[in-house]
Parts: sequence; C-alpha cells; structure tokens
Amino acid sequence: MSTVTTQRATGPAKRVRGRSRLGDRLLKGYVWLILVWLFLPIAVMVAFGFNDTQSKSNVTWQGFTLKWWGRLGDYPDLTEAVLNSIQIAVLATVITTLLGTLMGLALGRYRFRGQGATNLVMFAAIASPELVMGASLLSLFISSGVQTGFATVVIAHVLFSLSFVAITVRARVIGLDPSIEEAARDLGASTWVTFWRVTFPMILPGVVAGALLAFALSIDDFVITQFTSGSTQTFPLWIWGATRIGVPPQVNILGTLIFAVGVAIAVFNTVLSRRRT
Amino acid sequence: MRRLAPYLLILPGGLWLAIFLVVPMVFMASVSTQEGDVVNGFVQTFNFSVYGDALVQYRTQFLRSAGYGLVATVVSVALAYPMAYWIAFKGGPRKSTYLLLVLLPFFVSFVLRTVSWKFLLADDGMLLSPLKSMGLVPGDFHVLQTTVAVIGGLVYNYLPFMILPIYVALERVDPRVVEAAQDLYAARREAFTKVVLPLSLPGVFAGVLMTFVPMTADYVNAGILGGPENTMIGNIIQTEYLVNNDYPTAAALSFTLMAAMLVGIFAYARALGTENVLEAAAR
Repeated sequence: MSTVTTQRATGPAKRVRGRSRLGDRLLKGYVWLILVWLFLPIAVMVAFGFNDTQSKSNVTWQGFTLKWWGRLGDYPDLTEAVLNSIQIAVLATVITTLLGTLMGLALGRYRFRGQGATNLVMFAAIASPELVMGASLLSLFISSGVQTGFATVVIAHVLFSLSFVAITVRARVIGLDPSIEEAARDLGASTWVTFWRVTFPMILPGVVAGALLAFALSIDDFVITQFTSGSTQTFPLWIWGATRIGVPPQVNILGTLIFAVGVAIAVFNTVLSRRRT
Repeated sequence: MRRLAPYLLILPGGLWLAIFLVVPMVFMASVSTQEGDVVNGFVQTFNFSVYGDALVQYRTQFLRSAGYGLVATVVSVALAYPMAYWIAFKGGPRKSTYLLLVLLPFFVSFVLRTVSWKFLLADDGMLLSPLKSMGLVPGDFHVLQTTVAVIGGLVYNYLPFMILPIYVALERVDPRVVEAAQDLYAARREAFTKVVLPLSLPGVFAGVLMTFVPMTADYVNAGILGGPENTMIGNIIQTEYLVNNDYPTAAALSFTLMAAMLVGIFAYARALGTENVLEAAAR
C-alpha cells in the first residue's frame, strides 16, 4: 500500500505537473485569442475614424487623416441623436439608482412577505428578451394612447436596468457587518443619522457600481429603444438607420469617444475599489 | 413602522416593474386579438385565429431562430468554459483585470460592434480581400449574408454573458476540494469531470439561460450580417410592429415567443432558483 502511495506521490506527479504547465500555457494563449477576437471590431471602429475615405461608405482603408475630428458636427441629426442618448442615459440613471437602491436595501436587509415574488419579477426582467419587453411596452402605449418618444424611452430604460442596480446594491447590503450599525446606535445615533453617517457611506460603492451599470446599459441600448422611441433618435438608432446607406467616420469617432470615457470610468472604479479592500 | 419599512422601500421600484413589465404583457395579449388597421383604429374582437395564421406563415422563421439560438449557445459554452476556467483558477491576482477586459467591449454600442463586423467581413473588406488576392479563397467567396455570419455575430455579442456566470460558479469552487480529490488518487481529468465540472454546472445553466433567450429573440445580427435567407422571428416582429403597423400579428408573434420563453425561464427558476442569474448580474 505504502509503495503505491510513494509511487503516486513522486514519479508520475512531476510528469503531470510538466504537462499541466504546457496545458496552462496553451489555455492562456487561448484566453488572449478570445480577447483579441472580442476587441477586433472595436480596433476597427477606432481605426476607421482616422480613415481618409472619400465616399460615404467607410469600408476600405484609404490613408490616415484627422480631418473627421474637425468635421464631427457635419450631421446635425447625428449630433442631436448623441445628445438625446446622453440625456436619456443621465435621466434614466438617476431614477434607476434611486429606486434600485431602495429595493436593494429592502431585499438585503429585511425578510418580508412578497420577497420571493419580487425576486422572481426582477429575475424575469433580467431574463426576458428585450424584444418581448419592447413589444409589450409598445402594446401598452398604443392601447392607452400614449405618444412614444423621449419620456417612454426613459421609462423603458429604467425598467430594464432597475433589477441590475437593485441586485448590485443588495449584494453590498448583505455584505455589511451589522455590528458597526449597532455600535452607532449604542453611541446614541438616531436611525436617520445612523443611515446617512454609517450605512450609506458603506453601501455607496455598490450604489456607484449600479449607477455606472445603468448608464452603460442605457447609452448602449438599441432594441427596447427602437420599440419605444417614436420619432426620437438615439445614437444606436441613428447607426442602425445608416447601415444601409453607409456609416460615416463621424460615427466611429463618437463611438471611440464614448468607449474611451467608459473605459476610463471603469478602470478608475476598479482601481478605487481595489484600494478600498 | 419597522414592519412597514421593507414595503415602503420596495414600493416605488416594485410599482415600476409591475406597471411597465407585468401589465404590458396583458396589453400585448389584448392587442393580439384585436382587428383593424392604423388608420381606422383597432377593435377588440377576440380574434384568436391570428395566432394560427401567424404561426403557419412564420413557422420557418420561428424554427430558424430556435436553431440559430441553439447552435450559438452550444458554441458559446464551448468557447466560454475554458476561458472562465483559466481566469478562475490560473488568473491569480489579475483575475479582476481579465474580467474587466471581457466586459470592456460593452462600452461600444452593440449595433456599432456589429456594424464593425460587417466592415471586417465585407466581400472587399480587410479579412477577405487579402485572402482572395493570395488565391486562398475563390473570388466569389463571401461570409456576409450567410448563416455562419449571423451565428458568429450572435456568439460574439453574447459571449460575455456566458463567460461571467461560469466564472462566478468556478471561482466559488474551493481549491481544497480539488486537492482532496487528488489526494484520493483522482487523476487531473477525473478531478475535473467528477468534482469541478459538476460544481460549475449551475453557472453553465445560468449562462445558457442568459444567452439562448436573447440570441433567439435577436434581430440586429440577422439584420446587419444576414441576408434574406437568415431572417429571424425578431426581424419579423420588428417589421410588423414598426414598419407595417400590423399590431395584432406582431403582438401574436411576440406573445407566442414570450410564452415559449417564459415557460423555459420559470422552469429554470423552479429547478435551479433565481440566485445564479441574479448573482452573475450583480457583477
């Protein structure tokens, strides 16, 4: 019995380790390959913002130019669409963060009747395809005679990001150490003061993460927006409309700018949360 | 007051979800059985024959969407699992950086990324024209407007939704459990198939749910990368609603799609609970 053990422990173990190291290296190469694949169309998007193209179809590389940066406002309706996207995202983020934080607090802190049902509805909001949510919202608006436009898009964006924010805040609330709040109360702080001076600062990273997620989801959204926008244009809707006739380099530049801002915020947030822990 | 607190907190968000998620589904059912047109208005006639007609007319697109969704999901699991595995077990201190890299593409609009693929895969685009000039592929070879392009686009756009839940499940596997298996003479392969894989299956199921459902209902990839032979049910619903304004047919189609998916979604929730998906969403 003991001889078997030593054999297992020494001889083959080394060989296995050698093989596994090769396997790990191959796997790492594979991971990078997938990452390159994920970023390939983004690299193309960035590069073709600098393409010296003559026609409206910006498909083949014609040489480097910066001229499109100076002509960013050439399409007034595109500029308006981008501004709409930003306004919608800001408004939707504010509402979503407020409602989602309250929900997250309730779900993380209390046990109450109807909790299971709330979880199930939030789950349905995350799992349902956007097409179905958009189509049913449009049915509601048509039936009740509501004109679709800016406001209905905001309503829809709050709808699909609400669950994400609530879950993110809930995770943070569950992770809180209850003894810190008890200490505050023992030291004579009222419920209100305890919340604002102790609880809220501790769940703030979750709230910020949720708000960022809501903003990213809103500014990127296409499907629900198309169903609820009426004649209001957003950036993704404008691109969809332009695909048939050719996407101008201005779209690439605007996409690059939004990407750069998003990456900067995400990196900043990661660095910040790493410093905190 | 303390007893009421959770209800007061949940009320605004809960109402929002009820009014704009649950109620509209009832309205969609109602619209589907109306008759009329945009000019003269629609009247509730409880005309259920629209379901039969729509399903017969668009059977091909329904089946095609399910088929595309299925193939794209299987490909996604195969691509995502090894990646999630490596990040979870070998990522070391850079785990969160890798995870961030997986999520960063989301900062570029989904439509714009798909349009980029259209540039890349164009007949005279960056990928095909060099291959053609080298004579590696025939001159009339094309990728756009094919099934491969649409399924490729679906996998590309939804892959992070598969990687994330699998990663969350794998990261939770205690390395000591794997060590214990090896101490008990399990070979590497056995330790994987008998310990790690079963423990990560809930993550795989969550990923399947989070990709199969939106992929099957997608119309952006088929619209941008596909041709007339690749029309999915989402394209039909979108056209009927927003272009033809045939609301009853559109509502009947999307209600059928929703019913099919809700059955799946709730069966999933019953069997496996909602936590895996909710936790992956919190990332």
